[in-house]
Amino acid sequence: MREPFLRPLAAAVLLPAALLTACGGESGDGAGGGASGGSTIKVGVLHSLSGTMAISEVTVKNSETLAIEEVNAAGGLLGKKVEPVVEDGASDWPTFAQKAQKLIKKDKVATVFGGWTSASRKAMLPVFERNKALLWYPVQYEGLESSPSIFYTGATTNQQIVPGLDYLKEKGKKKLYLVGSDYVFPRTANKIIKAYAKANGMQILGEEYTPLGHTEYSTLVNKIGEAKPDAVFNTLNGDSNVAFFKQLRSAGFDAAKLPVMSVSIAEEEVKGIGIDNIVGQPVAWNYYETTKGRANDTFVKAFKAKYGTGKVTSDPMEAGYNAVHLWAAAVKKAGSTDPEAVKKAAAGLSLDLPEGKVTIDGPTQHVYKTARIGVVRKDGLIDEVWSSKEPIKPDPYLKSYPWAAGLS
Amino acid sequence: MDSLLNQVPIGLSIGAVLLLVALGLTFTFGQMGVVNMAHGEFIMAGGYTAYMLQDWAGSQAVLAALPVAFAVAGALGWVLERLAIRHFYGRPLDTLLLTWGVSLVLQQAARDLFGAPNVQVVAPGWLTGRIEVLGGALPYARLFIMALAVACVAGIWLYLSRSRPGRRMRAVMQNRQLAEVSGVATARVDQLTFFIGSGLAGVAGVALTLIGPVGPSIGTYYIVDAFLVVVAGGLGQLRGAVIAAVALGMLNSYAEFWTDASLAKVIVFAVVIGFLQVRPQGMFVLRSRALT
Repeated sequence: MREPFLRPLAAAVLLPAALLTACGGESGDGAGGGASGGSTIKVGVLHSLSGTMAISEVTVKNSETLAIEEVNAAGGLLGKKVEPVVEDGASDWPTFAQKAQKLIKKDKVATVFGGWTSASRKAMLPVFERNKALLWYPVQYEGLESSPSIFYTGATTNQQIVPGLDYLKEKGKKKLYLVGSDYVFPRTANKIIKAYAKANGMQILGEEYTPLGHTEYSTLVNKIGEAKPDAVFNTLNGDSNVAFFKQLRSAGFDAAKLPVMSVSIAEEEVKGIGIDNIVGQPVAWNYYETTKGRANDTFVKAFKAKYGTGKVTSDPMEAGYNAVHLWAAAVKKAGSTDPEAVKKAAAGLSLDLPEGKVTIDGPTQHVYKTARIGVVRKDGLIDEVWSSKEPIKPDPYLKSYPWAAGLS
Repeated sequence: MDSLLNQVPIGLSIGAVLLLVALGLTFTFGQMGVVNMAHGEFIMAGGYTAYMLQDWAGSQAVLAALPVAFAVAGALGWVLERLAIRHFYGRPLDTLLLTWGVSLVLQQAARDLFGAPNVQVVAPGWLTGRIEVLGGALPYARLFIMALAVACVAGIWLYLSRSRPGRRMRAVMQNRQLAEVSGVATARVDQLTFFIGSGLAGVAGVALTLIGPVGPSIGTYYIVDAFLVVVAGGLGQLRGAVIAAVALGMLNSYAEFWTDASLAKVIVFAVVIGFLQVRPQGMFVLRSRALT
């Protein structure tokens, strides 16, 4: 009985590994030469279209394909149309690495837009570095990274978490309770939060992690109720947020009684949580559908026209949309899709995008972003209540913050 | 101290959730021996039934969905049994792979039908309050889930012990050959058992909309716990499942209170594994004179 069960299993495990090795073997030919030959420039779009992360990543894929259409409608690049090659990372990090390799080697794409979880980015990083190819990563993350092969168009910690803390401090919230999912982003974020709290006279009453996909929060809610914090800093990810907010609300904690600052809940997630359960709660991002400006009006209108009026736009979607436009502008400036030329052209490049003026910081390959604190309103959209006024220079290693010494 | 006492109702309510998700499995896994990995997706089907009924029943959809979800998930289970599982009886490992594949297909189908993001199921207004128990708050939603679990257990008990089809079901479970030679159409009984077991998952799915997400992945969050309860309780044992669910709920509640959520999971697993070393059959053992 054991044998027939193990055999297909072993095959399922070994086959992708064998494929990977096979692909890795042919690293001789040049990579990233997507522009040469053919009447189109191929670009990779690599997100989870299936599996647990599809909930978030499909929307980013949508905004990236919209941006590619816009580039084509404006005449394309270097006299050619841009052609997206969409691949499914399937919420599984080895698959991300494998598909990245396939996009670079087989499809010979000029660049790839993709990833969401830090695990998927870390899996793709060596593939892009080895092939000297380019990845545009569109999601806020835990910082402490700066790969020459990656452009980060989402926020690093000093553009999201630190402003979130500044806001809580400004509101007189001195006692915090930290709740997060048990993986790299929340743990790194909480390390930063604890260092900030220490330097700013704030108190951390508790720090709790739950496994990804955890749905039972009554004990944690009870613990929070006992600790009586002024506010909760929430780095839960994915479906856990729904369970956490539903159970927090049904235990009687609403925004007035206990503010919960979240960094992973955007417009897209609010509906799934249930607007009643999260209305009035603060979130920290760099963009909201309600952000003012002509570039955003155009983006929101185009997005709704393509995907339906019921759809919302959110920060990671906007960062993905930005990535495509920034890359296109850099290609135009460089006159080539060669990664090295694009990187050179991208340094200091500045565009008016939905969140406002976005400038690429050459040395870190992150972008300047305006930090915005928003509050969830009754219709599920998010209103800005505080902003950093001007774009904040990215500082992935928090070198300019004395209290962060020793973190990186 | 207050919060320590408050862990008692929390433990009971966790137990009620565990019991609800595991009840259906006591039929399909416990009684029929089918390792049904798609059980979680029948829970998901229940959640989406409540979501769909909102157009018609508004904020009372959760209530209206209970019988409908039973029928929808039951029908899904029945189709699965007819089309696939019945060809695999007696081959548990093949069934495991088969139903796991089915579970992936159902998840992706939900993603294509309803979209990848979680959907919103609005709880009825009368379920949003809470009462003070032992110095802590016990939400009405939790009380409702406990009451539902008790009602389901009572219903199943009555069905198994007082009704003719229920008795036939027990007969087949205890001694298939003898039931067959006594004139019981075992294949029909199997269909009915699978229908009821899957339907109960649908009911659990409706209840879970009150406390958790409603999305394509929801089944994967509960399936392991469900199997844990059934295995610890003893296969095919209703009272075993009840006691195991409450015990695991309490254990989980206090383990998480004193440590954290990740460690609590480890402790629960360790305790169950340790327990199964002592009693490999689970808490209660079905005594039967069957030869198999």
